[in-house]
Amino acid sequence: MDMLQPISGVPALVAMVGKVLAVFTATMLVVAYTTLAERKISAWIQDRSGPNRVGPWGLLQPIADGIKNFLKEETMPATANRFWFVAGPMLSITPALVTIAVVPFAAPLPTPWGVVDMIVADIPIGILYILALSSLGVYGLVLSGWSSNNKYAFLGGLRASAQMVSYEVALGLSLVSVLMLAGNVTLTQVVWQQQEMGFWFAFPLSLGFILFLISAFAETNRLPFDMPEAESELVTGYHTEYSSMKFSMFFIAEYSHMLTASALMATLFFGGWDLPGAWDNAFWHEGMLIAGFDAAGAPILAQPAWWKTLLTLAGFGLKTVFFLFLYIWVRWTLPRFRYDQVMSLGWKVMLPTALAYVMVVSATVLVLDLLEVSYGFTFGLVLTLVSGLCTVAFLFFLDSDRIISGASVPYRQDRPVRMPVTQVDAGAPGLSGD
Amino acid sequence: MAVQVKVMRRPEPGRSSYLRAALKGMALTFKHMVNPDKVTQQYPEEQTELHPRWRGTHRMEVHADGRPKCVACGLCPTVCPANCIRLVGGEDDQGNRYPVVYEIDEFRCIFCGMCQEVCPVEAIHVGRHFENAEYSRSRFVYDLDRLMEQDHPTTLLWDPSDPRSE
Repeated sequence: MDMLQPISGVPALVAMVGKVLAVFTATMLVVAYTTLAERKISAWIQDRSGPNRVGPWGLLQPIADGIKNFLKEETMPATANRFWFVAGPMLSITPALVTIAVVPFAAPLPTPWGVVDMIVADIPIGILYILALSSLGVYGLVLSGWSSNNKYAFLGGLRASAQMVSYEVALGLSLVSVLMLAGNVTLTQVVWQQQEMGFWFAFPLSLGFILFLISAFAETNRLPFDMPEAESELVTGYHTEYSSMKFSMFFIAEYSHMLTASALMATLFFGGWDLPGAWDNAFWHEGMLIAGFDAAGAPILAQPAWWKTLLTLAGFGLKTVFFLFLYIWVRWTLPRFRYDQVMSLGWKVMLPTALAYVMVVSATVLVLDLLEVSYGFTFGLVLTLVSGLCTVAFLFFLDSDRIISGASVPYRQDRPVRMPVTQVDAGAPGLSGD
Repeated sequence: MAVQVKVMRRPEPGRSSYLRAALKGMALTFKHMVNPDKVTQQYPEEQTELHPRWRGTHRMEVHADGRPKCVACGLCPTVCPANCIRLVGGEDDQGNRYPVVYEIDEFRCIFCGMCQEVCPVEAIHVGRHFENAEYSRSRFVYDLDRLMEQDHPTTLLWDPSDPRSE
């Protein structure tokens, strides 16, 4: 039985250092290989074959890119603000890298010294920490855009801040529904509640997931929301003046933001490391690692095993990689929004929808509580139905041309073209001007 | 081929869709992604077959004993519209004319192929060749030895009786 105690003392310290190193290395590796995946997938989508010269199938390309970036010339614009110009990339890369620390990535691992939680920092403010730090990332973009003393870079920075402000609201509100179901902001608890309900939150909170997905695309400045970079309009936006490793740091920041957002989508809405079935459930409940409660409400003890840890890690990896792939796939399909479209989508659609959805979910939860439906499968089913209706309505609304419309006059010429008609009356006084 | 104008019909207001169009686009890109027929040519391994009348860098034909075929008549520097050929002719003790200096500035050359057309002894040719990378600009002035060393296939001249080289 003492196998099922949380690890403590010196072994805990060793485990912690090990986890930190492993997660950091994995993050950097995933980021490096996401850049390769981006290039490969973009090539395949365009019927090309992509980088295939460095190593087998081009697998060493990220290393070649890294070496190249280290060896390139560092440029410093003469009129740039030196301090903030150098600080910008750091400010942008740090929040991007530290957010991954609160995401649980596998089932607890049993060791002879105790059970190791597969999370770097199970801090009690999990989601709040992520929200706080991910919005800090925009400071890097704004400050580097401003300090470059370049109008394109400056516009990129401005756009980054405007976009971040607009979509942070919808992002936060779409998380409220998750928090209402989870009842807690730690991500381990969020995963546990999904295991207990028997539903991944993507089903009972489908609209919340869609809102989160759209906002996450906007937050990470990926197409179709890459306003701050907008190559065809702003050169490359905020990092126009950067070269060498400083540019590379923006790149790493963007991809690790993507990784964090993908991991978050997997954790919040697709059960995190949870795999279908109750065999892998595990959660610390009053000092016991439990897999659930029996009919009488007594806890059932969990049976952690190394193979369960490995399988759940693979499951988590698969879900995260899928969302990374989705990011890349969307990028190479959809064109960029116009700036006013981004703003109207954010403020006129996302924000009201997210607000209304919070009310719908809270009302449903309230009714279910009043009907004394216990938290579980039925609870999830009712929420799934309600959210499904909301999602269908939302998509129906989004799919008409209220947001995106062809930038042209209607082609059917028998329809009257609505244009402001100037009344010209030759006899009227005042036309000749005075 | 007649020029055709493609008319893009815009949807009427209230009838356009974004989501369905986006999903359709994603299905299309996915189809292309998994399509194994790629258009990329793996260049150094897979060489392009050059057209028989492709005009690339020059080569000088040589006699069996290694002398250049050029008789230093001076027609090619005269006809050259880019003025990129420098020729200094000489005469040996049997009275045969030969080029003392024969240089072509390949940067200046416009590859019109008129030197090849005008040559009475079929000595200078433009070639079916394009891999000319060098580390310095000075290496692009090909002297006589360099021109004689080139061994790539020469360009076919346009034949009025066979205008499509069939």
